Amino acid sequence: MTVRRKRMHLAAHFPGVNNTTVWADPRSKSQIDFSSFEHLARTAERGLFDFFFLAEGLRLREHKGRIHDLDVVGRPESLTVLNALAGVTEHLGLAATVNATFNEPYELARRLATLDHLSGGRAAWNVVTSSDAFTGENFRRGGFLAPADRYTRATEFVDVARKLWDSWTPEGVSRPFAHRGRHFDVAGEFTVPRPPQGHPVVIQAGDSAEGREFAASTADAVFSGWGSGGYPPGRHSTRHGTLEAGRSFYADVKRRLKKYGRSPGDLKIMPGVTVVLGDTAAEAQERAAEIRWQQVSPQNAILALEQIWGVDLSAYDPDGPLPEIDPVADSTITQGRTRRGDTVAVAEKWRALSKEKGLSIRQTVIEAGGRQSFIGTPEAVAAELDAYVQKEAADGFILQPLITAVGLDEFVDRVVPLLQERGAFRTEYQGATLRSHLGLPDPVPSLGA
Amino acid sequence: MTSSHGRGLLHLAAALDQPAVFDAGSHIELARLAERGGLDFVTLDDTFARPGPDALAVLSRVAPATARIGLVPTVTTTHTEPFHVQAAVATLDWVSRGRAGWRIEVSTTEGEARLFGRRHAVTADELWREAGEVAEVAARLWDSWEDDAEIRDLATGRFIDRDKLHHVDFTGTGFSVKGPSIVPRPPQGHPVRVVDATEGHARRTAAQYADVALVRAASPAQAAAVRDQLRQSAAEFGRNPDTLRVLVSLLVDLGDGEHAAEPGHGGGGPRQTVQGPLYRGGPVDLAELIAGWHADGIVDGFHLTPIEPRRDLERLVNGTVALLQHRGLFRTFYPGSTLREHLGLARPANRYAVTGGAS
Repeated sequence: MTVRRKRMHLAAHFPGVNNTTVWADPRSKSQIDFSSFEHLARTAERGLFDFFFLAEGLRLREHKGRIHDLDVVGRPESLTVLNALAGVTEHLGLAATVNATFNEPYELARRLATLDHLSGGRAAWNVVTSSDAFTGENFRRGGFLAPADRYTRATEFVDVARKLWDSWTPEGVSRPFAHRGRHFDVAGEFTVPRPPQGHPVVIQAGDSAEGREFAASTADAVFSGWGSGGYPPGRHSTRHGTLEAGRSFYADVKRRLKKYGRSPGDLKIMPGVTVVLGDTAAEAQERAAEIRWQQVSPQNAILALEQIWGVDLSAYDPDGPLPEIDPVADSTITQGRTRRGDTVAVAEKWRALSKEKGLSIRQTVIEAGGRQSFIGTPEAVAAELDAYVQKEAADGFILQPLITAVGLDEFVDRVVPLLQERGAFRTEYQGATLRSHLGLPDPVPSLGA
Repeated sequence: MTSSHGRGLLHLAAALDQPAVFDAGSHIELARLAERGGLDFVTLDDTFARPGPDALAVLSRVAPATARIGLVPTVTTTHTEPFHVQAAVATLDWVSRGRAGWRIEVSTTEGEARLFGRRHAVTADELWREAGEVAEVAARLWDSWEDDAEIRDLATGRFIDRDKLHHVDFTGTGFSVKGPSIVPRPPQGHPVRVVDATEGHARRTAAQYADVALVRAASPAQAAAVRDQLRQSAAEFGRNPDTLRVLVSLLVDLGDGEHAAEPGHGGGGPRQTVQGPLYRGGPVDLAELIAGWHADGIVDGFHLTPIEPRRDLERLVNGTVALLQHRGLFRTFYPGSTLREHLGLARPANRYAVTGGAS
């Protein structure tokens, strides 16, 4: 009996504002010029990707009280860029990360509905949350939200947004809406007709227990972490980079769906991954090592150390041994980036690693930072990606190119055709909307607002 | 009086407003038509009170489909986050490569306030005071990255020179913003700020922050009075009044055909209606009016809102503008590429740059 091979979904993440992105490479292009976004989006569409993905940052990171200067920094406002990209692409889904803490449902639902109309049904929203007073200093509301409320606000936020999208009938009749909840008390009429997709696609990023539950109850796709490539994506990533960890994460999230009356196909799990290719396995490994060396510059190595130790270590030699002093717990030396867990334990681990292998500070940071997710020949990478999908460790992947603008070219040219040959990826777009690319059901319009 | 009565270049803009159109195609078509006429910019209005798409989104969609024309969406300062608004306007400037403007507006109704549920409606005076604060913080955030902040210095491993990024530390009446912006300084330095200064509440904010002030006036005398007041007030804020362009806003109904009216701008002049001053007549007559008011040094140009966009914008471009071009009164091509260049406005210096003062 032949069973149709399960096909994967692919998304392209615009290179981030962190040290995963290698700006020192001469091929690296502007992180802000529209031409960079256009190039990556067109490349992704040429590769028949499901969607293009933009992250968000609302406060520049600071370290030792000063703006962090070692990584790519500065980016455009997501939804505005995606509207422009809608004009230079035809099928590609367009996903914006937008914070549910520092926005209001009416305005954001309207902006997402507008993108969905202007792109003919290609909009997606990656819902993130923040309780961070540091980021809050840029907003009217400030850092008011208790950590425990982050997901209750996000869940209610999405709920209100969907009420607004449902407030117009598919026939184009506007009905008044009203919502009174713990976080929002709003009423009136929505100014935009029902979006072409009914509801823009909702993505959830992050692997925490609350995040998983939020995804199961509310999201259409999960952008999960992958323990490699320097700093994993999402704010609460854990490492489940191995196939087994991926399978268990996948099973856990899918299992939660039933409680909400949803079936496994209603939520796509797409870990963020990095890929390094080479003509031979050895060449790929060599390139991967070179990239890790570029990502962790001497200055970045000291910075990574300071983030763990919580004190100024600028006097240390990146090519010398790790500090003998003990780290300071709960330091606020770095603001505006993912917390790194129990830093004292991490410091112990790093010391042990350095001692065991005789590594310098920089070598230790590189070693501890982990490898890229997939390293190998195009054939090997295609086979491995496919295996993750067939063995139910993922429904697809969000690729994070390491070089701005051109970092996806090689994957699209060399790996996508091999995936297609295996029957593991589409050979043409079947539908017009992102929901159709992802095989998601159309939301049923509610009868009353 | 401060008016410089040697007249400068004529500036023309058109509104793309159509009742509740949500697809990209018709907006693009109209913007391209306006661009064919060499207009300085198009505006797209926005309100939470009536059906219609997010205007800044629509003009972002229009940006890659056009090459030269300025793109000016309305964005309210009332229920929005100043930090997001300035980032979105800066991004429109990036995606259009220096063609962004921002028509600053306020949302006065209780109905709009209920959509957000954060606060009740307050007076227009209060809202315009807040709009001024938002304009101020936006300008600071646009300056919060110096133009040469990105250095990509391999030797020291630094991507930026952090001495060229600045906290803005703004504290207003109702909000505060720390900064810097997440968006590097936009191509124009400051995207062009447009304020409808017809009502008294908006006039101070216009005089202090607007690059372009719109005045809905039915007579030359009325327009000249507001322009003089704006220029004087701008000077009191320490601005050079010549950095403020004043355009008369008229509704135009060119449905009466192509026949010319009597010469001069008396016969076909606008009349006051509930919606604002309305010009009704032929495109040739309108060209006469525009040329006349501009020649008399009453205004720097016109912002025209077609009653029927498809019909009237085409007649405006093919009739009125063609005639003005023929008479050498209006550009026949775009010599510059940014909206500031079209308007003859310099790219502003950065307030935080060492030569510019405080950090």
